[in-house]
Amino acid sequence: MSAVLAQIVQIFLVVALAPLITGWVRKVKSRLQGRIGASPLQPYRDIYRLLQKEAVVAHSASWVFRAAPYVTFSAVWLAAAVIPTFTTNLLLAPAADLIALVALLGLARFWTALAGMDVGTAFGGMGASREMMIASLAEPAMLMVSFSLSLISGTTSPTQIIAFILGGGVGIEVSMGLALAALIMVAIAENGRIPIDNPATHLELTMVHEAMVLEYSGRHLALMEGAAMVRLTLFMALIGGIFAPWGMAVPSPEMSGANVLAEMVGLAAFLAKCFVLATALAVFETMIAKMRVFRYADFLGGALLLGLLATIFLYVSEAV
Amino acid sequence: MLIAAALSALLTLAVLGVLAGDQLWRHRLVYVCCALASAALLVGGLKHLGQTPGTGPAIILPFGLPWMSAHFRLDNLSALFMVIVNVGTVAASVFGIGYCSHLPQPRRVTPFFPLFLFGMNAVLIADDAFMFLVSWEFMSLASWLLVLADHKNPENRAAAMVYLMMAAFGTFCLLTCFGLLAGAEGGYAFSAMRAAPLTPVTSFLVVLLAVLGAGSKAGLVPLHAWLPLAHPAAPSHVSALMSGVMTKVALYGLIRILFDLHGHVSWGWGAALMLVGGITAVLGVLYAILQDDLKTMLAYSTVENIGIVVIGLGLSIAFKDSGEKALAALALVAGLYHMINHSIFKTLLFLSAGAVITATGERDLGKLGGLLKRMPWTGAATLVGAAAISALPPLNGFVSEWLIFQSLFKGPSLPHWAMKFGVPVVGAMLALAAALAASCFVRAYGIAFLGRPRSRAAAAAHHLPGTMRWTMAVLAVLCIVLGTIPVTVTDALSGVIQPLTGVHFAVSADLGWPWLSPVSSTRGSYSGTVLMMTGLSLFVVSILLVHGFGTTKVRRADAWDCGHREDIPESQYTGQSFAQPMRRAFCTSLFAARETVEMPEPGDLSPARLTVRVIDPIWTYLYGGIGRLVDAVADQVNRIQFLTVRRYLLMMFATLVFMLLVVAVRQQQ
Amino acid sequence: MGAISQSSYEMAHLIGAAVLMAGFQLLYQRRLSAVLNTFAFQALALAAAAGWQAHIQNAPHLYITAGLALVFKAMIVPFALHWLVERLGIHKTVETAMSIGWTMIAGVALVGLSILLVLPVTANATALTRESLALAMSVVLLGLLMMITRHNAVTQVVGFMALENGLILAAVSAKGMPLVVEISIAFSVLVAMTLFGIFFFRIRERFDTLDLQNLDTFRGDRQ
Repeated sequence: MSAVLAQIVQIFLVVALAPLITGWVRKVKSRLQGRIGASPLQPYRDIYRLLQKEAVVAHSASWVFRAAPYVTFSAVWLAAAVIPTFTTNLLLAPAADLIALVALLGLARFWTALAGMDVGTAFGGMGASREMMIASLAEPAMLMVSFSLSLISGTTSPTQIIAFILGGGVGIEVSMGLALAALIMVAIAENGRIPIDNPATHLELTMVHEAMVLEYSGRHLALMEGAAMVRLTLFMALIGGIFAPWGMAVPSPEMSGANVLAEMVGLAAFLAKCFVLATALAVFETMIAKMRVFRYADFLGGALLLGLLATIFLYVSEAV
Repeated sequence: MLIAAALSALLTLAVLGVLAGDQLWRHRLVYVCCALASAALLVGGLKHLGQTPGTGPAIILPFGLPWMSAHFRLDNLSALFMVIVNVGTVAASVFGIGYCSHLPQPRRVTPFFPLFLFGMNAVLIADDAFMFLVSWEFMSLASWLLVLADHKNPENRAAAMVYLMMAAFGTFCLLTCFGLLAGAEGGYAFSAMRAAPLTPVTSFLVVLLAVLGAGSKAGLVPLHAWLPLAHPAAPSHVSALMSGVMTKVALYGLIRILFDLHGHVSWGWGAALMLVGGITAVLGVLYAILQDDLKTMLAYSTVENIGIVVIGLGLSIAFKDSGEKALAALALVAGLYHMINHSIFKTLLFLSAGAVITATGERDLGKLGGLLKRMPWTGAATLVGAAAISALPPLNGFVSEWLIFQSLFKGPSLPHWAMKFGVPVVGAMLALAAALAASCFVRAYGIAFLGRPRSRAAAAAHHLPGTMRWTMAVLAVLCIVLGTIPVTVTDALSGVIQPLTGVHFAVSADLGWPWLSPVSSTRGSYSGTVLMMTGLSLFVVSILLVHGFGTTKVRRADAWDCGHREDIPESQYTGQSFAQPMRRAFCTSLFAARETVEMPEPGDLSPARLTVRVIDPIWTYLYGGIGRLVDAVADQVNRIQFLTVRRYLLMMFATLVFMLLVVAVRQQQ
Repeated sequence: MGAISQSSYEMAHLIGAAVLMAGFQLLYQRRLSAVLNTFAFQALALAAAAGWQAHIQNAPHLYITAGLALVFKAMIVPFALHWLVERLGIHKTVETAMSIGWTMIAGVALVGLSILLVLPVTANATALTRESLALAMSVVLLGLLMMITRHNAVTQVVGFMALENGLILAAVSAKGMPLVVEISIAFSVLVAMTLFGIFFFRIRERFDTLDLQNLDTFRGDRQ
């Protein structure tokens, strides 16, 4: 498969797969809570239903409110398009590296926060302010993880990092373990999962992400929900790809025939990794409770310091 | 030639500005001429950058110190800064055409504005220490007079006083620095200074004094205290120039001394600069989040961005001293790119603050709101500026931050252990500052432009003259353009840094034009063009998909707000409420941020009171401490005023005897 | 005693890193019961480290050290401390002298310091033992940090035992260190005596004259 074709397949794959992954997480959580729960295909039906409804927009909302769902979804979709999922042979991979990935997610968050403040309600402001506080610690933590990964592999591009690790460049490193722990904490914060935020809460004062999208309805809400689902898939691809890259197709120019088979294997590996990570997420969310808002700084500060430790530890293990 | 003509035109305009009197058209004419002169300077700078690299024309004019004439030269670094400075000044001058009618006393601003422009440009082309310092003082004093434009306000007078003291301190440091650079022979021309050798002690002192002198003008912590006082006090188009452009002139001075005149700064200073830059960045943005005044917040944000640039400069010095020339070039390009970007988006943001103040008469975030609907063009341009300063792709702020991060990620290849441990720490500080900057501007833009109006003034905001809107629109477009074609800019910058670092920096040799891959193609690459195009196509595709699968109906109704119908705009989040989580997370220990609630007894009808108390640690402990020390010493010295006649005679006698003793001892030797 | 393979060392470092992470987690907790559980986890990780070292170094006496750590420090001591806290009604919130954020930053600085110290000292040794030594020294310093930033006597004792965990980690990581078992037993007896000494003589004196109800004031998350 050529790079262009692989890129187009990936662009549509992430969007097609994202609701299934979210549906699976909800299904496992329901089972663990003793309920039968909805089918994993329910999010597809939810999004279709929302698309058919008319969008109700407040009088005080401006064009920022109406444009934000599209901008947010496009930004997250673009970020998901450049992270390798089943193959590293992507056309757009040189356009963005890990730093640009962090910034693209920041772009999505910027617009969502502004949309939350646009209607002029207290809940929107509350969600926006909490989300920006979480981001102010989660983004640096992710950048420190990128720093340690770049020191280990000599590059900031995810495709090159995966190729390096698959090539045997690094064994079991303490720094990789620390970076993995930090990245998991950041992923929980960015996706708004327990213990940072409860995606299924109905109590407004406990909301972070939900409070920003409280005023949205119809197709706007469908886009915001879709963006959250694609973001979850993105992080699973990132964690699974970098820390468990086996199965990923790294095409070499000489073997063009076997490439398609390698990509099928890569696809199966990707699906398996998402399945495992989604189940683990659901179990983790069921086991612990959401923490107080003013403990976020300790938790995410810990992630930042873990990232910093991962970088410093490389000096003693002579991987630098 | 063009530049000389433009500069003399500016001097003439300053004189003419005094004669403008009360006729508004005359003030507007002065601004138009300033815009034309700045445009001429801009064209001159661009023309020089477009030529093949080499030092440009030099002039020696027969005025100045008696034994030394005035030297002027335009080389690549000067030309680059001339472009940076004059983009800002053209924008501010055009803005001023419309804005000057809204000033309380335009007579106090118009004469000094061309003088300020002249001073800034003259610093850039000065080729000897005397002309440099004279122009520097022109710049400082003209801006001081502009800070005093609204002199009836006691806060502005206090701000002007602090500014004057810090400017005097800065000039004193620079004067001593140039004196040390000149050496024993006293050659004050820059060419002589480059050739003069430096002892280790002198070298240390030169760098220290340059950092103190230029750093105080640029706004490095802890010398930044005048910036948030003086920048907001001046009229908005002048604040734009002070924040966006004058700080860059200060950094020009720093680069000129450290990279050109001195040339061999040790890596230890690079590490120190990086650390100072990191602390400046974090503290600047934390201060900015705590502010409710729009212009003070923008001034603190300038402090943060200067910190980021200084991180790049320090990194470049460290790489250069360790022999890694390519990486030194990368870091310096990153720093210069951030200077260009900051001058553009900070000018844009200050001009929009001026627009907001003109339209509503309010500076306080607690009195604004919902301005996007009343001022759509200003709001759109400010949105671009806020997104650019938050380093969001595909705008220009992200490109320079990306370049700085790429050079930081190569930092651990330096051999010194202090750098290996220090670079990750500085990287964490930079990342923290960048993330907090995004929070700061979401807050500022969301509270001022979105939501519902919090005061009658905000609800009645009126439209602005076309020149003001067009200026902001052009600057916003520049932000987008500089973010989408980064490779063109870095190629242009590589000619500038070649004489400073000794290497020609090939940016995109491996992958071709749209891809910015500074170190190598596998190391990490970014393409603003491709991201922008792909992002736009995905945007269009999502619109098509959504409208294809769903409906396009929209209904306007009241806000849902979970069923609470709140008609009062006071129920919205205020600036302080938005900042509260960050205040509690970051400012508890250093800024002593405390919230106290005074609840009335049950049955008492008085309102509950929530008080937020924050101190400024640098002002309270450092400046306050110095002030108290000076007072204490002055009190002790004051005793001399109240001595008896006998004691005065004793003092004179003792001095006489001491001097005779000295003569006697020296005679013996 | 044959050569030890790269992956065995990497496993040992991973377990050592788990001990270090438990040390950081000790600094992070705000509730006393969570501190004691985290300490139990750290002792468990220490037992695993000792056991793994016994396996790869072919030194069976280290299994005894592992067993001691497991039984005594991961089970008996935390259980005894939980029981004492309940009995004496000691308030369950951890009082800190420095905010948790700054404590963690100080912890990272101490880890950096120990790495910086270890690098030139063991320049002749291989990188593999260097990493173990850095990890162990970090655990020791974090234990000390915990002792000096906590007001409560229970948490100070836990800090002391965490410090001791670090020493034992260093001892088991060094190849062929003699008397490790004897040192472990001696340290454990010392800890037990310290525990009894502190609780039965110091705290009893203090708490006998105070109403236990007054000690249970809830301080909140910020002081």
